[in-house]
Amino acid sequence: MRRTTIDIWVGVFVVIGFLALLFLALRVGNLGSSKLQSPYLLEARFDNIGGLKARAAIKSAGVVVGRIESITLDSKNYQALVSMRMDDRYRFPKDTFATINTSGLLGEQYIGLEPGGDPENLEPGDVIKKTQSAVVLEKLISQFMFNAAEKGTSGDK
Amino acid sequence: MLDRILSFFQAVGAGTISAVWRLGFAARFFGMVLILSGSSFRRINLTLREVYFSGVLSLVIILVSGLFVGMVLGLQGYDTLARYGSEEALGVLVSLSLVRELGPVVAGLLFASRAGSAITAEIGLMKATEQLDAMDMMAVNPIARVVAPRFWGGVISMPLLAALFSAMGVLGGYLVGVVMIGTDSGSFWGQMQASVDFQRDILNGVIKSVVFGVAVSWVAVFEGYDSDATAEGVSRATTRTVVTSSLAILGLDFILTSLMFRG
Repeated sequence: MRRTTIDIWVGVFVVIGFLALLFLALRVGNLGSSKLQSPYLLEARFDNIGGLKARAAIKSAGVVVGRIESITLDSKNYQALVSMRMDDRYRFPKDTFATINTSGLLGEQYIGLEPGGDPENLEPGDVIKKTQSAVVLEKLISQFMFNAAEKGTSGDK
Repeated sequence: MLDRILSFFQAVGAGTISAVWRLGFAARFFGMVLILSGSSFRRINLTLREVYFSGVLSLVIILVSGLFVGMVLGLQGYDTLARYGSEEALGVLVSLSLVRELGPVVAGLLFASRAGSAITAEIGLMKATEQLDAMDMMAVNPIARVVAPRFWGGVISMPLLAALFSAMGVLGGYLVGVVMIGTDSGSFWGQMQASVDFQRDILNGVIKSVVFGVAVSWVAVFEGYDSDATAEGVSRATTRTVVTSSLAILGLDFILTSLMFRG
């Protein structure tokens, strides 16, 4: 009698414990939703990737279409080589334009893909040729300051 | 003068030696528990009973504190995030801080003071009333019969309690953030799912809670077994359990965090 009540309570405890774990895995974490379907790899070269990190999202028109697999430095021409794992459902034309964007003011950085008009699609393993680097705030500010300084000197003359 | 210096060094030396001796005793005791824990799985009812006492009976405090910690995180997080205009990141903040840190650590601290102290007091009292000696006389090994099931009961309960704590906390954050304050429910869950990784965040949290479970249960059974066989000795052992296992949890948490999330 007493033993069965203990068994029942332990059973309830273990079951709701595992349910909590399942809730964390599926509802809180990304185990259920963001599994890419039979992914293929694409590559892109950037002059500067800013704060981009591995496993950041790749979005097209705001929809997540892939994740960044790895980021390495190509030691021949000192460009960042970004390897991207793309969802197989989505194919992009050959002249797709890859930019590094930031979501929100302080958000994470991601790669945005803007498809061009080429009739042929990028095949697995292809390299995206048209890329735009991340905006580095310091460069932007220094550019602005130099411009302002030049304007100031030309105004004196 | 020389006498005083000598006695100072003697005190330091004696303290060090007894600390090392105690640590070695604890390690050998841990080994004995592991070696003799076969019977706690052969006679699984012994372990289930301890899961009941340390796990099921801790449910109420774990669930209620998880809910309240989550609700406080929701309020505080909203207040801070609203200054930067990124209220929709509330779900990320609540879930990451719970799953990575607060879930395992706070559940571990609660578990140490709720279940760890009870285990120590129980074993200590059994020792004080010579029940352990009586078992030894009847050729029943007290470590296999009494200590090992309590150890494994704690090790099994702790990860489940930590998962429940985190889940309740996320629900508490949802209650405050979405139901009470009214941030967008879609971005609350969506951003959370986008930035909580199963392996990096959730699995590492589970690993932490397993490590804390082993540490707390080990400290609890050791302090109980090692306590002086008096009423005062049992009370001191219970206090030591809570202090030592809380410090162990915080120290281990720092080590594990620096191993898991440094990169």
